[in-house]
Amino acid sequence: MSNAITDERPPSGAHVPPQHLSHRRMPRWSPAAIAVGAVALGIGIGLAAGLSSRFQWCLIALVLFIGGTYGMTAQVEGRRQAKDRVATSLVWACFVVALVPLVSLIVTTISKGIKILDGNFLSHSMSGVLANQPGGGVYHAIIGTLEQVGLACLMAVPIGLFTAIYLVEYGRGKLAKTVTFFVDVMTGIPSIVSGLFILAFWILILGFSYSGFAGSLALAILMIPIVVRSTEEMLKLVSNELRESSLALGVPKWRTILKVVLPTSLGGILTGVMLAVARIAGETAPILLLVFGNQLINNDPFNGPQSSLPYYVFEQYVLGTDASYDRAWAGALVLIAFVMILNVVARGIARWKAPKTGR
Amino acid sequence: MDITANTPAPPPPATRTTGGGTVTRPGDRIFSGLSRGSGILLLVIMGAIAAFLTIRAVNAISKDQGNFFTTFEWNATANPPVFGIAVLAYGTIVSSIIAMIIAVPIAVGIALFISHYAPRRLASPFAYVIDLLAAVPSIVYGLWGALFLVPHLQGLNLWLDHYLGWTVIFDQSNPGTAARSLFTVGILLAIMILPIITNVSREVFRQVPRANEEAALALGATRWEVIRLSVLPFARSGIISASMLGLGRALGETMAVATVLSASPVLSARILDPVGGTFAQNIAAKFNEANDFGRDALIASGLVLFVITLLVNGAARLIIARRKEYSGANA
Amino acid sequence: MQNNSNLCFAVPAGFRKETPKVKLQRKNGVRALTVGAVAISGALLLTACGSDNNTASSNASSSSSSSAGSIKCDGNGQLLASGSTAQQNAMALWVKNYQAACSGTSINYKGVGSGAGIQEFLQGSTAFAGSDSPLKPEEVTASKKICSGGGQAIDLPMVGGPIAVEYNLPGVDSLVLDAPTLAQIFNGKITKWNDAAIKKLNPSATLPSTTIQAFHRSDESGTTDNFTKYLIAAAGKDFPYTGGKAWQAKGGQSAQGSAAVTAQIKQTQGAIGYAELSFATASSVPTVKIDTGASSPVDASTDSATKAIAAAKVVGTGNDLSLKIDYNTKVDGAYPITLVTYEIACDKGNKSATLAATKSFLTYAASDAGQGVLAAQGYAPLPAEVVTKVRSTISSLS
Repeated sequence: MSNAITDERPPSGAHVPPQHLSHRRMPRWSPAAIAVGAVALGIGIGLAAGLSSRFQWCLIALVLFIGGTYGMTAQVEGRRQAKDRVATSLVWACFVVALVPLVSLIVTTISKGIKILDGNFLSHSMSGVLANQPGGGVYHAIIGTLEQVGLACLMAVPIGLFTAIYLVEYGRGKLAKTVTFFVDVMTGIPSIVSGLFILAFWILILGFSYSGFAGSLALAILMIPIVVRSTEEMLKLVSNELRESSLALGVPKWRTILKVVLPTSLGGILTGVMLAVARIAGETAPILLLVFGNQLINNDPFNGPQSSLPYYVFEQYVLGTDASYDRAWAGALVLIAFVMILNVVARGIARWKAPKTGR
Repeated sequence: MDITANTPAPPPPATRTTGGGTVTRPGDRIFSGLSRGSGILLLVIMGAIAAFLTIRAVNAISKDQGNFFTTFEWNATANPPVFGIAVLAYGTIVSSIIAMIIAVPIAVGIALFISHYAPRRLASPFAYVIDLLAAVPSIVYGLWGALFLVPHLQGLNLWLDHYLGWTVIFDQSNPGTAARSLFTVGILLAIMILPIITNVSREVFRQVPRANEEAALALGATRWEVIRLSVLPFARSGIISASMLGLGRALGETMAVATVLSASPVLSARILDPVGGTFAQNIAAKFNEANDFGRDALIASGLVLFVITLLVNGAARLIIARRKEYSGANA
Repeated sequence: MQNNSNLCFAVPAGFRKETPKVKLQRKNGVRALTVGAVAISGALLLTACGSDNNTASSNASSSSSSSAGSIKCDGNGQLLASGSTAQQNAMALWVKNYQAACSGTSINYKGVGSGAGIQEFLQGSTAFAGSDSPLKPEEVTASKKICSGGGQAIDLPMVGGPIAVEYNLPGVDSLVLDAPTLAQIFNGKITKWNDAAIKKLNPSATLPSTTIQAFHRSDESGTTDNFTKYLIAAAGKDFPYTGGKAWQAKGGQSAQGSAAVTAQIKQTQGAIGYAELSFATASSVPTVKIDTGASSPVDASTDSATKAIAAAKVVGTGNDLSLKIDYNTKVDGAYPITLVTYEIACDKGNKSATLAATKSFLTYAASDAGQGVLAAQGYAPLPAEVVTKVRSTISSLS
């Protein structure tokens, strides 16, 4: 917002004498130049002093960069501008720093995961594959994830939708306030706690055995608040004129909600649900406690143990052999791809269905 | 069809009074009942979580031969059972604090970057990139942490030990041990909670009344001065609650900790040493071999975690909610 | 209107437009439903295209193909079992061979740990359990609920496992330690590899001054239980702990599961730790020879473990065949840190649906063919006199 004003720089150049209303300015490319200089110097000093740690090089470069920026700007433009420049570069640095792990993680996962990722890996289970043998696949885990997440959706989406409708369309007073508060708090429930709850309730007290369904119960608990929050936001965006005109035509309120309010915000709700799915598809802890894990294909989520993608990654990591590490990375790649595709599609829908802003 | 029920023009949502009270149609009653029921169901679930965890936990704690809060070891399947959460609580809090120290400044920086610094057309792609960090499942962070980050942090650990070892905190009692420590866990958690803190702070920065910023600019303030004078003071409580939401996430993280940390029942101020444990990690590690009683004991530790996250999240939400009242942005 | 957007990721940026006025979009519903329907039918299609058959993709281990012919198949359906991770590799091999011969049965053995395995068996959710330690009296009592018709759960020793002490010291090919030294290493009393106590046992080795990094299990396990039992029995006051499935000594690093411990040792110079020999063999990590007081130090091997099991006493009563290992044995070539893992099933009143398959599978496991594949995986086959008893007990299961 402030760009428009601060980005306007007076013509710079050594020949122009400083004018009254504008200060002398550094050329636009100066931050980049200082950065390059600092990095080069940092590497130079690091090499010259024989410092082995790359971390030290970075640190030296960073100190040089900040010092250099501050010093030079203070010389040319004054202290206030210098502080501003340092703040700018720090803010940029924050962003770049955040990119480092993301890029590293994605590059590592892809480069290591692609090694054994093929049709065979996607279409076979781990049946009869020993830990230190190559081979085997992730199919049983994919089925497990799809079914558990699907079941969780079937439970969480209606409850979440209705709760959001209640909060936006009906809710008033203490109950609504309490529900809002607890929905918020519920988003913070650690996944392992929701797993423990289902364990205590479903398995230890009611005596059911491990199954994909038990896992999906825990996943549903994690999913409900996300669905409620996103749906709530979407419903609030629907303009009241729409509701009013529908009601004025004599349409009952429930039909108004069902036929006018929900369809209008459907794109957004769908996006929210998909993001929630992406979120719970990666949960391992409840699966660990409730679904037991399985080497074989089990298509029935209500009977017997299943596997799931995140669980598969963990299981293969724990096996600790080279072959199983390969499988863990490939499983992680499949999982990331699944989640990212969901994300991209969800955001695609968000953009495509973005409410057309009126007037 | 009965039209009269809706003849009074529906007022705006804030003061809407029709709906519940005058509903006569069965469809309406069912629908509002359903939605109200869902809301209540949610509360019931929360209550049930607390209740069932408590039932099992009380059983476990009453038979604990050690002090549940001060015992270091976790030996719940032994006879007699001796277990306590001292090490777990310490590890959970320390790793989360490390994560906060690293993540909060960077996240605020990123939020500022996206709201105030990034070229306008790139701001939303950048924001999306940060969201991608949130989309990565925690087990993948765990795998990456254990197989990539741990070996790569060894150099940093040696460096910290060498130059900052005198602080005791950064002292490695055994220089060169693998970086499977609470410090590494903290770094990993920091990466994982960056997006949530960034997103909430960004939202708060967006609510800063534009008039304030423009006034500061008009007085000739630099961009940094605008932020320092008008954005940050306004957003302070929002940043605090954003941080607490991140904290809540960090406290309960399981898989990333379970894969990275070398857990031992030792409480040490040396955060680079491969010792310690967290609530969630301990549950994941001890669950398999636990008998009925051992599971109850783990549930007891889960209850403590639940209560802590509940308090942290609740506080964060209350701060946000209070904020809403005095901020002009929501008017 | 745009109040606290707590759920940041859930609300995509596209919707946060400044003017929250929305026009009616009715047709979207239909389209979105179509998308959903396509997704669901795609998922359903997926369930039809996977396969449990990995024989083409994985190289059958050398010993397996020959044994397939001797397996007598019986029963069908899915056989669910769980328990000890110590016998997981043996079980994986047996399952693989058994399924290659008997396509009608699929067996799912999950290494969840002995405690969970017994518990799941006692809840009736598995056909049999694998365990590193024999049943406790109260567990036998509890088993009467699921073993109908007056039966109870019994321990069937099935496979022996030497617990190898793995180490990683480049340049040291052979390392001898005794119980007190081991105890002091794992107790944090000996911290350098060139400690006098270690030197005394290895006069010819060139020991570096590296710090010892001792690894233990972070999870509870029968391996830890047996290893500490050995240290307590053989090292006495050097290991002043009560023992149990959770590691008690101070110091050292940990990892979850034998495989992870082995992986850590492989990666870390100066490391030492304990895991079943099969894990050391699989990852080709060197193991320590134990000075038991016999004429020469004993290497962890399947033969030396079998010898230790042969020297053990049967302490079970009736059909129960639980064994007690003598940790202080000085028999030549007997490796004292050996655990015996059991299969636990009902002697009478096994579930009829799985009885046939269970018997058939266990019969294979106890057969010469089944026991014969063990050594290659680092497991100790049972000595002859024990295995005969096991076979006759299995054939009497009902």
